[in-house]
Amino acid sequence: MDILANITLGLGAAITPSNLLYCFLGCFLGTLIGVIPGIGPTATIALLLPITFTLEPTTALIMLAGIYYGSQYGGSTTAIMVRLPGQAESVITAIDGHEMAKQGRGGVALATAALGSFFAGTVATILIAVSSPLLTRVALSFGPADYFSLMVFALLASVTVAQGSVIKAIGMILLGLMVGNIGTDVTSGTHRFTFGALALYDGINIIAVIMGLFGVAETIRNIERHRVMPVIAGKITSLMPTAQDFRNMAGPILRGTGLGSLLGILPGGGALLASFASYALEKRVARDRARFGHGAIAGVAGPESANNAGAQTSFIPMLTLGIPSNAIMAMLASAMIMRGITPGPRVMTDQPVLFWGLIASMWVGNAMLLILNLPLIGLWVRLARIPYHLLYPAILVFCAIGVYSMSSSTFDIYVMAAFGLCGYVLMKLDCEPAPLLLGMLLGPLLEQNLQRALMLSRGDLMTFIERPISATLLAVSVLSLLLVALPHVRRKREEALQD
Amino acid sequence: MNRIRRPSDFFSGLIFLGVGVFAIVQAIDYPLGTLRTMGPGYFPILVAVLLCGIGMTLVGKSAAGEAENPVTVSLWPLLVVLAGLLAFALTLLKAGLFVAIVLLVMIVGGASGKYRPLASAVLALALAAACVAIFVLALGQQLPVFGEWFDFRFW
Repeated sequence: MDILANITLGLGAAITPSNLLYCFLGCFLGTLIGVIPGIGPTATIALLLPITFTLEPTTALIMLAGIYYGSQYGGSTTAIMVRLPGQAESVITAIDGHEMAKQGRGGVALATAALGSFFAGTVATILIAVSSPLLTRVALSFGPADYFSLMVFALLASVTVAQGSVIKAIGMILLGLMVGNIGTDVTSGTHRFTFGALALYDGINIIAVIMGLFGVAETIRNIERHRVMPVIAGKITSLMPTAQDFRNMAGPILRGTGLGSLLGILPGGGALLASFASYALEKRVARDRARFGHGAIAGVAGPESANNAGAQTSFIPMLTLGIPSNAIMAMLASAMIMRGITPGPRVMTDQPVLFWGLIASMWVGNAMLLILNLPLIGLWVRLARIPYHLLYPAILVFCAIGVYSMSSSTFDIYVMAAFGLCGYVLMKLDCEPAPLLLGMLLGPLLEQNLQRALMLSRGDLMTFIERPISATLLAVSVLSLLLVALPHVRRKREEALQD
Repeated sequence: MNRIRRPSDFFSGLIFLGVGVFAIVQAIDYPLGTLRTMGPGYFPILVAVLLCGIGMTLVGKSAAGEAENPVTVSLWPLLVVLAGLLAFALTLLKAGLFVAIVLLVMIVGGASGKYRPLASAVLALALAAACVAIFVLALGQQLPVFGEWFDFRFW
């Protein structure tokens, strides 16, 4: 009955008028920005983060979560109605969704996506409510050595499931750890890598880095792509799926929800990976594979459910262990830290209203999206048509004001510009920016736990192997790296991530 | 240059190596400590050494393996966007939010394709007005709308 009491507590917090309003605003603005072609969930959250600065923590997190699934929903609307090459986030939905739209069944595709997402969101919310207290109890028994190994595992595992070269991703993590070192060392008070600059004594502002990597660098890359005018597919005639459609989507939605919930919890997992995996699964179990790529409803229902389930369950490691598993969770974690709340097992016991309020709001937000979005599709499609040369100046203005207003320092604008430059150049060299962000966020924690663990063990490195939790985590990390290094697995991995 | 078959490996490797070496040179002055009581230099040096290792591996790898396309960087959008942000940062406090936004929008308008000064100016004014309304009036953030350059004093 504990869970029921917790959910009641959470619902009580989530449905206060102001939290409801901000949840709605978050969903609405998230969809609004997410609909714009070329702006994925990561960039959307980076852009809208500043708006939440003035809100109190619970409301801010509720709004940010709303922005997150709003932007995902916006992304799938764009994928179905508008075809644009080279947009990673909703590329899977576009395969069959856009075909359906061309056949005049765009409305059905959108309704399928909305229903699937809602179902997946509901299941994932229950899963979070059930599993979080258990994981929190485990996390509270962790010693410094276990935490160190857990972070090593999270960082390395996030690399093995990410796209692109593993070596480069490890390099990006290390680069992030290096950036995280900048500033005053907590234990000794030594100024590290500050070059005597006062502005660097407190370290580099992670929000400025986020806005640089995901706002500025992304924008430059989009400008450069010489954007083609998007192709809008047909008119929306009917939103209502037929009885046959319902029968065809039920299985994929169930499978997608299960798969997505599972993959969301894994480090490096989350929405993107979940939708890829679900599409592959649906293709495998389908009786009639030829329909895929030509408007199969399963190709929309599965990935969309998986992507929403994954988005939701990726909150679990961040909220219970304090380990964000992808760039989006890293952003939400930074937003919490900025307000003096350290993500981790203590959040649930120290801030029960925030914790359960956030979880309840996820479900409320999903319900809102279902009601809000279907009638507004006309508006979203029109938004997706705005030419990019009108949009990108506005995006840059938002980034610049946002990053300044956070701590009223123009220095942060320079930091953002510098990381925009670095991010762009590194992306050009096939180095994804997300591992850098995770490294930067976890760097100080990694160092502190390493120090503490070795102090407790009197400098004996065996402590990492003698403690069972730590040993298991390290073994799994090494194993996953070895697996990726095997030529056979490497080929499989490339195939899986490509198709 | 024909030896570099994988330029993206080569250049990213050089960057990692460069940062690693630079960090070691900097951190060599920080007390290293021992495994039991780590000084502030221990972790940075550890990370920097690993970074150098990754950098060297990538540079080494770049000579072999499948050849890939050369890396092309479009300098113009990059420079224009950075210039716009610098102009914003430099003028924000002196000239105020309104002018800084107008400057940023007018400059970055030149980043893509053909530059339309009039359209850019209209967009700049509209965005400046909207941002003043959203950030200063609605969200109540402490930003000077017009900075000290506009503090005309006639007495």
